[in-house]
Amino acid sequence: MRCDDVAKILPAAVEQGAAVELSVQRHIESCLRCQAELARYRRMLRGLQMLRTRYLEPAPGLLAQTLAAIEEAGERQAMRSILSGRRLAYAGAIGGAAVAATAATAVMLAHRSRRRTVLGGASSA
Amino acid sequence: MTTHEQPRERELDRFVVAARNGDRSAFDELVRRTYVDTYTLALRLTAHEEDARDVVQEAYLRAWRGLPRFRGDAQFSTWMYRITANTAYSSVKRRRRHRAEALDAMREDPVEMHPDLQPEGAAESSAMLDRLSLALEALPPKLRVLVVLKDVYGLSHEEIAEELGISVPAAKVRLHRGRKRLRDLLYEDEGHDGRWASAV
Repeated sequence: MRCDDVAKILPAAVEQGAAVELSVQRHIESCLRCQAELARYRRMLRGLQMLRTRYLEPAPGLLAQTLAAIEEAGERQAMRSILSGRRLAYAGAIGGAAVAATAATAVMLAHRSRRRTVLGGASSA
Repeated sequence: MTTHEQPRERELDRFVVAARNGDRSAFDELVRRTYVDTYTLALRLTAHEEDARDVVQEAYLRAWRGLPRFRGDAQFSTWMYRITANTAYSSVKRRRRHRAEALDAMREDPVEMHPDLQPEGAAESSAMLDRLSLALEALPPKLRVLVVLKDVYGLSHEEIAEELGISVPAAKVRLHRGRKRLRDLLYEDEGHDGRWASAV
């Protein structure tokens, strides 16, 4: 095991609970350079974890803009649902009218056909 | 999650329940209480203030639309991290070319802005954290996203892979490369692999 072999696996090996081969462990225990390198990675990871609670303050206005964007999206959504509701009502009305017109036509045709039959019967008599 | 975060999460849960029942003011309160955290993550992922602001807005819009599907299996903050990560990654991919140019210019910053900083000092020091933040910004976006989500925010490989639309092995490889690059940026004056490999 050489130092450059260890250096290649240290970024993954530094993670807590990572399985590290015995040969690597033995090399690190006996190598000051690799111990220093491992310490650097550990220091780096510790620092990264600390960044989690280091908040970066946004410039003023972000909160107001975000809330306004949500408000606007909510209004658009409401408008869409109203429109789609109206569309449904329109479609229903048109469908109803079409059904009524078809029924009226059918009744009218049936009535005419009955009259023709009656008239035909009368003329033949 | 640290102990001081638990009461905060419980309080957020109350607003989540109300918001899921259609209470807009409860969702607004969630935004008020979490937007600095979301912005911090967005800025760390994008390394670009304007993009980060856009990501925050888009992330909350997605959260608002997706709230009925949020079953509360995860904490609200973790759910927001995942939405923010997904949104920021799309933003990073869209502006990758532009960012690459910007990063080339920024790469020298950690050294130029803090020439007196010694990395041997305590990692916990504020100066070291400044240096670390700058080095993170100098990472290529695709590697930075992995390091931030895994090592700063503690998301699992699986969660990261899912949000970024990549495989778990790909996430692991990028994380490995990201850590290595970050180490090089932080400690480049202490010797590279090549240098000490040849010295051994």
